[in-house]
Parts: sequence; structure tokens; C-alpha cells
Amino acid sequence: MAHALRRPSVLPGFNLALGFTLVYISMIVLVPLAAVVVKTTALTLSQFWDTVTSPRVMASYRLTFGASLIAALLNTVFGLALAWVLERYEFAGKRVVDALVDLPFALPTAVAGIALTAIYAGNGWIGQFLEPLGVKVAYTPVGVLIALVFIGLPFVVRTVQPVLHDFEAELEEAAATLGANRWHVFVRVILPALAPALLTGFTLAFARAVGEYGSVIFIAGNVPMVSEITPLIIVTKLEQFDYAGATAVASVMLLVSFALILAINGLQSWNRRRYTRTH
Amino acid sequence: MSIHTDRITRRFGAHTALADVGLHVATGELVALLGPSGSGKTTLLRIIAGLQQPDSGRVLFHGADATHVPVGERRVGFVFQHYALFRHLSVFENVAFGLRVRPRKCRPADGEIRERVDALLARVQLEGLGARYPHQLSGGQRQRVALARALAVEPRVLLLDEPFGALDAQVRKELRAWLRSLHDEMQLTSVFVTHDQEEALEIADRVVVMNDGRIEQVGTPGELLASPASDFVAKFLGRPRAVRELTAA
Amino acid sequence: MESQTLYPHPLSAPVTGGERPQSAARRVTSPTTESALVRRVLIGVALGYFAALVLVPLVAVFVEALKKGFEFYVESLREPDALEAIRLTLTMALIAVPVNLVFGVAAAWAIAKFEFRGKSLLVSFIDLPFAVSPVIAGLVYVLMFGLQGWLGPWLAAHGIKIIFALPGLALATLFVTVPYIARELIPLMEAQGTDEEEAALVLGASGWQTFFRVTLPNIKWALVYGAILCNARAMGEFGAVSVVSGHIRGATNTMPLHVEILYNEYNFAAAFAVASLLALLAIVTLVLKSVVERRAHGAHAR
Repeated sequence: MAHALRRPSVLPGFNLALGFTLVYISMIVLVPLAAVVVKTTALTLSQFWDTVTSPRVMASYRLTFGASLIAALLNTVFGLALAWVLERYEFAGKRVVDALVDLPFALPTAVAGIALTAIYAGNGWIGQFLEPLGVKVAYTPVGVLIALVFIGLPFVVRTVQPVLHDFEAELEEAAATLGANRWHVFVRVILPALAPALLTGFTLAFARAVGEYGSVIFIAGNVPMVSEITPLIIVTKLEQFDYAGATAVASVMLLVSFALILAINGLQSWNRRRYTRTH
Repeated sequence: MSIHTDRITRRFGAHTALADVGLHVATGELVALLGPSGSGKTTLLRIIAGLQQPDSGRVLFHGADATHVPVGERRVGFVFQHYALFRHLSVFENVAFGLRVRPRKCRPADGEIRERVDALLARVQLEGLGARYPHQLSGGQRQRVALARALAVEPRVLLLDEPFGALDAQVRKELRAWLRSLHDEMQLTSVFVTHDQEEALEIADRVVVMNDGRIEQVGTPGELLASPASDFVAKFLGRPRAVRELTAA
Repeated sequence: MESQTLYPHPLSAPVTGGERPQSAARRVTSPTTESALVRRVLIGVALGYFAALVLVPLVAVFVEALKKGFEFYVESLREPDALEAIRLTLTMALIAVPVNLVFGVAAAWAIAKFEFRGKSLLVSFIDLPFAVSPVIAGLVYVLMFGLQGWLGPWLAAHGIKIIFALPGLALATLFVTVPYIARELIPLMEAQGTDEEEAALVLGASGWQTFFRVTLPNIKWALVYGAILCNARAMGEFGAVSVVSGHIRGATNTMPLHVEILYNEYNFAAAFAVASLLALLAIVTLVLKSVVERRAHGAHAR
């Protein structure tokens, strides 16, 4: 039955369920996204090119992608540490910490934005200690970074935790009996097993950071060429009724989103294969 | 209730799971479908049940074409390999399920359902366990719940997919003899799938040896052992059990 | 997690119960854990990072909210615009959660219980709103329904307002919440397979009976879990609704947008007061989530 669109099954409701799913996803997601592509064609190629490569927009790409990359890297390192500590050590308040790791998922971004700004401003709880050291966080690109680190924090923790949880102790024991010290075991046995999960978490955190808006705009200061992120450029253009310009920049971001979703799905199936093979 | 399959063919992509399979099971028979994995025996069983459709060919129950009768209307009892017990329902409710989902006009009253389920639980030696949940039972007990559930709808035929596959050796042997006596007492027509030749030869009236989507040979255990029709049958059945036990001892 | 030992968890012991017999034998001198110093440093680093980014901001919200006293706090929440924002935010949740429950179940039924071509593409489409910037989620509806959009002039001629009105806010919210429930259900329903449904059908159950009596009880915790997350996102969404709202005070301002307006007016204490309600919502969400996780785990274990 290689030619059939679906493998026959005795279970009912396939047409109804799939039909509804397709209609809904088309109405809410696909057709509206297609509007971006169509609207973009209102510009000539050179107009489009000039819009998406104007100096101010280029500066915003550098900031958005650069800060997202650094934030995702930081979260990979510290996320691994958090996951490790939560899975393998005992300490007071562990349960609360474990539950609160998801706070960046649950806390509305606007709330995160103003809270981070209050703390990292020059007179804020943490900012007051950084300012004498010459580190300005709020209203600078560093502020953007802090916001992106915040919203990306749960991803690596949550992708690494289950793998660490199910990791076979025998592998580590085997390495130990072969004379490997703890560092070697970590680098040569544990880390390779965690690699797909780490990479998945990294990519998820990166994807989330690239599109982030709410938590960033409060702390960023939004100075053109310095601390203005790409999503804000879209909003600014919209507010000036430059629909074509907003759409052009949005289409560049959409392209990146599509690529990232494909990468994430690929990584996750790699993760699953890898994960099931060790069992 | 006799079962007849008429030139059943089933393909999955390029792979032919069943090729022109014709089989007759007489009323009251206990028949084993025996073969290695991938031989098509489970597919044949599921087609008889109505869980899968053949690409071509017919299934007849007592001479009437049932090929396009939906699975719920065939009145077959089906015991799944991993039992497929409803994990959120108690043992009692699992067994009662087939009665409770009937349209109101042919649904038995609550009292009658209770009586029938209790009687079935007694029959499968699970009295008093009605309030338990599937995860609180042993493998053998789950197996018997699955049987009671299948029997609750008073099926015309009983189909079992590797009924003892997930059990350990000791329980297997006990349940085998018990299944045979249950079949006789309830005057069922039964077909079960197995890859264990010992199991097939011990309790079946007739054994259907399958290989690669085809029937290699059909016969009583005695016939098969005495005159295997092909090298495959001879190899698959191996030496008679008695001989093997002698040499093992 | 139940067993509070001074020693680090043995590696083989699952977090949910350290009852593996061999684990007791190799605690202190285990070759598969780190020295006490390394453990302490790691815990310190990880928790320091966590505190600076998560804990301190959370506390700050409440401290800032109460800076001008409790009376001012209550006043900020009882002011008409704030009440209207709360009402609108609850409306968003009341729309998004039921719609996504139906969509999530339908999508998961088709995807998890059947094999068909283009399935992984469909899953990617469902994931897409996770990766698309919320700003773009708002933009697409402006392009479709705004005055300069495809349907804008027609809608305006018929007196229908979508952008800068409730329908626009609802659409933007629906866009960003598409994956939440479906993504919880799909892996669970795939893992559960179709055996129980087939058994129900053989026993004579109809399609709907099979769904309500067999499938639904098996996925109820995942449904609740997804609904909690969907609710949090619907009530907290900022970027997408910001683009379509037009920021009309007392009319199209949800709570997060109201926070922004107050903050930009330098009315910080009031902004944090409204924000503290949203932070409470986040905390309740996390508590419910843990409760459901434990329940679901219990249901799964049996």
C-alpha cells in the first residue's frame, strides 16, 4: 500500500481529526504567515534588499543574533550545571529550585522585563554593585543579553535532565574500573551521551531568544545602532505605517525561524534515536 | 460457528504478509496458527477479527460473508498479546466494558451485568479481585482478565494473539491446559497464534503451520509429526517433544 | 527525592526513589561521584546563576509592588483601567484554552494514532509558533485584517473591527498558544499506542464511546498539564497582542500591556502591582504543574 496516503486502521475519526487540524492550523498559522510572503512581493528586489540590509537593521541583526548566541551558550554551560546539581546532588530547597527553573516559561515577559530592569539598573539590587566596576547592564546591549539569558534558562536544563536521569551507572562504573578519573569519565563517557540533548536545548534557547520582545525592550534602552533588537525594528516600522518595511524584516526573521524549527526537529529525532540506542 | 477465509491476500508496501490464504475452522475446533515471526499469522488473526482489512479475499462466519462487517459487530472475542486492559478501569469494569457500551435498548440492567461479570470472574478464578486495577495483578491474572473481558460479550469465536507470550514458563504450562478446558466447556470456536510449537502441538485440535505469508501445512498434531509436508515444517516442528525430553534427561 | 541523605544520590538511583539495593553499598567512596569540594562548588555556581536570574527578579516584583504601601497596591488594582485589563486577560484565557483543548485533542488523535504522509511536516507546522517571534504573530494579523491589509477595507466598509479590537487580540493569542496542548498529548498518545482502543472496538464500542471511555481517561493529566501552560501563555502574552492592540486604555489593554503603559508613565509602583498579579499567576501555574506532574507520574506508575 505504498501509494496510499495513510495506512488503513480500524480506529475511526481520522478524517474528522485531520481535517479539523488542517483547517485550524491553516487559518491561525499558515495563511497569516503566507501574508508576510505575499506582502513582501510588493517590494522590488532592490527595495527589499535595501530595507533588510540598511545599517540600522544590520546593527539589530548583529545584536539580536549575537546576544542570542551568547545567551544560549551561557545557558548551555550553566544549564548543564543546574541539571547536574538537580539530578545528582541533595541540598536544601532542591524541589523549589527544580519547580522554579520553569519560571521563565510561566512568567509573562513584560513582568520579567521590568523586574530585570529594576534589579540591574544602576541603583538596583544587583546593578549597584556592578556599576562601580564599570559594568552597565540596564539600557545597554548587556541588558539585552541578561533578558535573553533569563528567558532561555529552562531549555537546556529540561532537555538534559531526563537523559541524565536515565543514564546508566554501569557505563560510569565501567570507565572507573578501567582506571579513568572522574574528569575523564565526564568528558569521555557522560558528555558525549549528553551531546544531543545539549545541542537541542541550545537550539531551543537560541530560537526563543532570537524572537524575544517583551522582556528585552524594557531593559535594552532601545538606542538605534546600539541596543535595538530586530523584533523592535518591526514594531517601530509598523507604528510608522511602513508595512512593507516591517514585512521585509519579518520575512528575514521568519526564514531563520523555519530553519531553526527544522534543525530542532532533526535534533530531537537524533536525540531519540541516540537515546533509545543506549537502552 | 465455523470460520472460513477465502484467498486472503495482504500486502504492506512491497512486502506480502499474506498470499492467497484459505483456511477452514470447523465449529468447536481449537486451531493454532504456528509460525516464526513475520510469517503472517498475526495478520491473519487480525483480519479474521476485523482489526485489519485484506487487500483481496473474503472472511466468512458460518458461511456468511463478514469481510466488510465492522469489527464491533462481528461478535468475536479477541485477546491481545499484551492484553490491552483498560488501565484506568478496575478488573470488574474491564470485564463489564463490552456490556456497558451497548446501545441502551440491548444493554443489560446493572444487576444483570453484575451477575454476569461475577460469574465470569469466578470462571477465570479471579473471584474477589474485581476491585483491583490491572497494574495490581500478575501477568497470569491479567491474561485471565483479558479472557473474561473477551468472553463477556458472548462471542461466537475466540481469537487469541500469542496468549501466553508474555508469561513465564511455569504459568504458561498451567494456563495452556486451562485454556483447553475452558474452550471445551464453553463450546467455543477458537484460533490462537503462537510461535511455540510445543504449545501448538499440545493443546490444538489442528495446527496451521505458516511461513512467509503462506500456509505450509494444516493437520492434527499427530499428522504433522508423522508426515511433515516440507523441510520447513519438519525443521520448525523439530523432533517430537518426547524424544527431546528423553535426550535432555 | 523523598530520601534525604547527606550523601549525593547514587548515580543509579532514580530521583523518584532511591531504593535500588546496591546503591546503599557504595555511598561515600563511590567512584562515580565527585569530591565534596567539587560538589559544593558546582551547587554554588548553579544556584548563584539561578538566583541572580530567576529568584531575585521574582522577589523584586513583589518588593517593588509594595514600595508605596499596601493601600496604594490595592488601589492600583482596583482602578477601572486595571480591572478592565484583568477582565480582558481572563477573556483571552477563556477563549484560548477551550479552543486549544479541542485542537490539541484532534491534532494528537490524527498524529499519534494514525500513520500518514506528511505527518512530520504537520508536526513542524504545529511547532512553528514556538519559533516565530511573537511580534510577527501580531504582524501577520495586521497584514490580513489591518486597514492596509488584505481584508481591511472590506471589513471597515462593513463596520467589523478585528485589529485594535478583541478579535485581533484573540487571534494573536491563539497563534502563540497553538503548540501547548497538542505537544503535550502527541508523545503520550504515541507511547500509549492503539491497543486499548482496538480492544474497545472489538467489544462493540462506538468511536465516540472509545474516545470518551478509553482514550480520554488515559490522557486527562496531560490535558490538564497542557491547559495550565496554555493558560499561562494566553494570560501573559505581550509581544503579539501588543502589535494588534492599539493600546486603547480600558478597552484593548490586557494586563501585560497595562503594565507597560504604567511603566512608561513612570508609575512604577502601580506597574509592579499589576505585574505582581501576573507573577502570582506564574507561581500558581508552577505549583499546579508540579502537582499534576506528580499525579500523572502516579497514574503512569500503576
